[in-house]
Amino acid sequence: MLIAVPRESKTGETLVAATAKTATQLTSLGYDVVVESGAGDSADQSDDAFTDAGIRVGTAEDVWGADVVVKVNAPTEEEVGRLRQGATIVSMMAPMRSPELVERLSEAGVTALAMDAVPRISRAQSMDVLSSMANVAGYRAVVEAAHEFGRMFTGQVTAAGKINPARVFVVGAGVAGLAAIGAASAMGAVVRAFDVRPEVAEQVESMGAQFVEVDFESEVSSDGYAKEMTAEQEAATAAMYDEEARAADIVITTALIPGRPAPKLIRAETVAGMRNGSVIVDMAAANGGNVEGTETDQRVVSENGVTILGYTDLAGRLAAQTSQLYGTNVVNLFKLLTPEKDGQLTLDMDDVVQRGMTVTRDGEVMWPPPAVQVSATPKQVAPAPAAEAKPEKPKLTERGRLALVAGVAAVLFALIAASPAPLQLNLTVFALAIVIGYYVIGHVHHALHTPLMSVTNAISGIIVVGALVQLGFDNSAVTVLAALATLLASINIFGGFAVTRRMLGMFSRS
Amino acid sequence: MSIETASYAAYVVAALLFILALAGLSKHETARAGNTFGILGMAIALVATVTKVVDDGLDALPVVLLIGAVLVGAAVGLWRARVVEMTGMPELIALLHSFVGLAAVLVGWNGYLHTEHEPHGHEARRLDALDLLGVHSAEVFIGVFIGAVTFTGSIVAFLKLSARIKSSPLMLPGKNFLNIGALVVFVALTVWFVADPQLWLLVAVTIIALLLGWHLVASIGGGDMPVVVSMLNSYSGWAAAASGFLLDNPLLIITGALVGSSGAYLSYIMCKAMNRSFISVIAGGFGMEAPSGDDTDYGEHREIDAEGAAELLADASSVIITPGYGMAVAQAQYPVADLTAKLRAKGVEVRFGIHPVAGRLPGHMNVLLAEAKVPYDIVLEMDEINEDFPETDVVLVIGANDTVNPAAAEDPSSPIAGMPVLEVWHAKDVIVFKRSMATGYAGVQNPLFFRENSRMLFGDAKQRVEDILRLLGA
Repeated sequence: MLIAVPRESKTGETLVAATAKTATQLTSLGYDVVVESGAGDSADQSDDAFTDAGIRVGTAEDVWGADVVVKVNAPTEEEVGRLRQGATIVSMMAPMRSPELVERLSEAGVTALAMDAVPRISRAQSMDVLSSMANVAGYRAVVEAAHEFGRMFTGQVTAAGKINPARVFVVGAGVAGLAAIGAASAMGAVVRAFDVRPEVAEQVESMGAQFVEVDFESEVSSDGYAKEMTAEQEAATAAMYDEEARAADIVITTALIPGRPAPKLIRAETVAGMRNGSVIVDMAAANGGNVEGTETDQRVVSENGVTILGYTDLAGRLAAQTSQLYGTNVVNLFKLLTPEKDGQLTLDMDDVVQRGMTVTRDGEVMWPPPAVQVSATPKQVAPAPAAEAKPEKPKLTERGRLALVAGVAAVLFALIAASPAPLQLNLTVFALAIVIGYYVIGHVHHALHTPLMSVTNAISGIIVVGALVQLGFDNSAVTVLAALATLLASINIFGGFAVTRRMLGMFSRS
Repeated sequence: MSIETASYAAYVVAALLFILALAGLSKHETARAGNTFGILGMAIALVATVTKVVDDGLDALPVVLLIGAVLVGAAVGLWRARVVEMTGMPELIALLHSFVGLAAVLVGWNGYLHTEHEPHGHEARRLDALDLLGVHSAEVFIGVFIGAVTFTGSIVAFLKLSARIKSSPLMLPGKNFLNIGALVVFVALTVWFVADPQLWLLVAVTIIALLLGWHLVASIGGGDMPVVVSMLNSYSGWAAAASGFLLDNPLLIITGALVGSSGAYLSYIMCKAMNRSFISVIAGGFGMEAPSGDDTDYGEHREIDAEGAAELLADASSVIITPGYGMAVAQAQYPVADLTAKLRAKGVEVRFGIHPVAGRLPGHMNVLLAEAKVPYDIVLEMDEINEDFPETDVVLVIGANDTVNPAAAEDPSSPIAGMPVLEVWHAKDVIVFKRSMATGYAGVQNPLFFRENSRMLFGDAKQRVEDILRLLGA
């Protein structure tokens, strides 16, 4: 089948749905690939780059007549009209927010797969374009902020005085938020972050930020996205947002609620209370923004000198990188759609991933798909009634320890006191040797336990001394048994020492 | 200075050298010197004893026997030490323990034949005059008992470790009763023997002890072997010490006590690592209560192939490998070492996390990795590495199961609850090398396999690691 990659029609779009590399990967799945001339120009993918990789570069007519069309943005009305009956179109579509597009696709009798509707389960992560783009966007948000910010991110002590590190506050610890946290802390900033899902605190901390705690009950998300907060919770967090934002040099907001406008988290008063020169990057600008005063796709400077960036094309500003990631997501999708690697696209409606992203199939509206539970969330484990915790082993108390020592001492005392004199001496030696043995072994490195055992093995061959003494006894039975004991003990002594030597010889330092 | 006093002095020197030997083994840097001290001590003890024995007047035949026995023993010992595979170390050590046990039995028997069996002989009359004959009888009895338990116990351990018999625990009805009964009979017979040292009593106690040793170890499962081996190590020491009392020889007493207490301490460390009491290990049968009606839905496990594993490793910046007994079984330590070297050459930080009871012998994994030339300073123990898992990209679990089971830390109703484990699940990705989805030694299902960040790589560990090596090379 022929896969075609058209030039994006949206003005200012820099992305392309395939790079030379990912197009080659598509051909290895058995597909023919054609790329519209100039499609990759803004993403550093020239026509020559495609031609060099053995990918055909064609005209718009070649492209729109193909079996499968792969692009980045949702097809326009005109583009849908150019699709062949029965063709397949793969792109981001936001089907939940664009019912008229779904209708048009259905009328055109095509199969439409929405890249941005991939269920958020771990198997499908490799084709999750939203994650790919959010990751790049989060990084770019920090770069944009750094560009606007009049100071350094990293703290230093120089001959010309001390530079304080920038303080960055990230709202929302989704993919974009985490990417922003990682980029900002890599640049040396002090990063604090908040998310309404307390379970992501660990991820936030793993990226190098401090998680800001707010005291309220929050429910665990069941679909991997944050839910909109109740009014009560919002009141509780509003104060925190205000406080954190005022203290920060950079604020990056990423809060989105699927299918609804973005929540307004940073109010105009808060912005007014921020320091002159501070920067806010509102990554939710496309959905209305998290900040009062954000203008979509605009750079706004408030009266008190706070820069608010409402760019929605953050991922597109790193076109080469994003196109590469998008293209790889597409390749991973086609790997799933082409189990035989024979260039034949087969759509399996029993597969939750494929089902989840199918908007229309041969004109039949398939949207919305049945809900998929994300397995990443902790399962609601019913408290097992049968499960009883094992009782803690009681630790020896100070008193118990004393009593134990006293008891052992009393037994030893009685034993030695009752022994005849020669035995007393032996028991003394015995008791002291045990204590020495305990302390000597207590410091042995764990890696040397095996050599330790083989050396004690060799040493316990010392029983040969007993056997040797008995060899001198004037009794033939004793002599034979003693000789046998000598033989066995000798094996131990020589074998034990030799094998220890061999093992110790193997331990080496890098 | 007589030969007598000189040999006594030599014994003291030898005993001190043995202490230095054990102290030396506590660090890598001094371990070889420690071994040399041990050899030196042994040589001094042997020379002193032989000199003394010859000085006391030794016939030609015993001299020939002595030389012959030492030479043959040395040849066999050195040969075994040279050819033994490092994976076979546990068997060799168990076998060596059995020799000490048997030698102690023989020495005990000799003590009896030389003294009590000849009530009018020189030795018996000498001890009787000192009122020590009863003590001597008790010493014979105790020495033979401990020696015999050590002997058969070690033999069973050897057979289990070398897979000549099944390693699953033997479950006789009333097994605790049998063990305690044997001990009670032993005490009763000892009293009887002190009062009236008859030969049949000694035969009886030997047989009881042999059976007890057999039963004791037969009822302990394969996974508890590190404890068993160190416990037998301890017993062999006590057996030597008992012989020392019997022969009134301070060197034997000191050495026996050193070995005995060191073995006991090792057993204690092992037990602590499994969060079990020593008694419960000795009583055996831990794996048998595996919850058979375990119908908890753990979800599905995810598989990965060698290619995927190689990709993950190639992208990782830090890797921790946690090996278990399975690595020894598959003989995978060499490819694992090659993989380590290759990843380190690419700048990946590779370390090993060793659980105290991984393998079948205390420190078994360390020896295997050392054999394959893995530098020992990247081989860390559980407590040293557990905190580092959250910052780790990929963890390779090779042939380990119970020692990486999150249930031990998180599920208070689990049979292994409270056992300290390697917390591999905190890492970004975990690849588990395993033959099948079967449970580990403890018979407990491992929720790790069903975690979101876990991938199963089925098949022979050695082959899989070699596959990954090949893919990484390409």
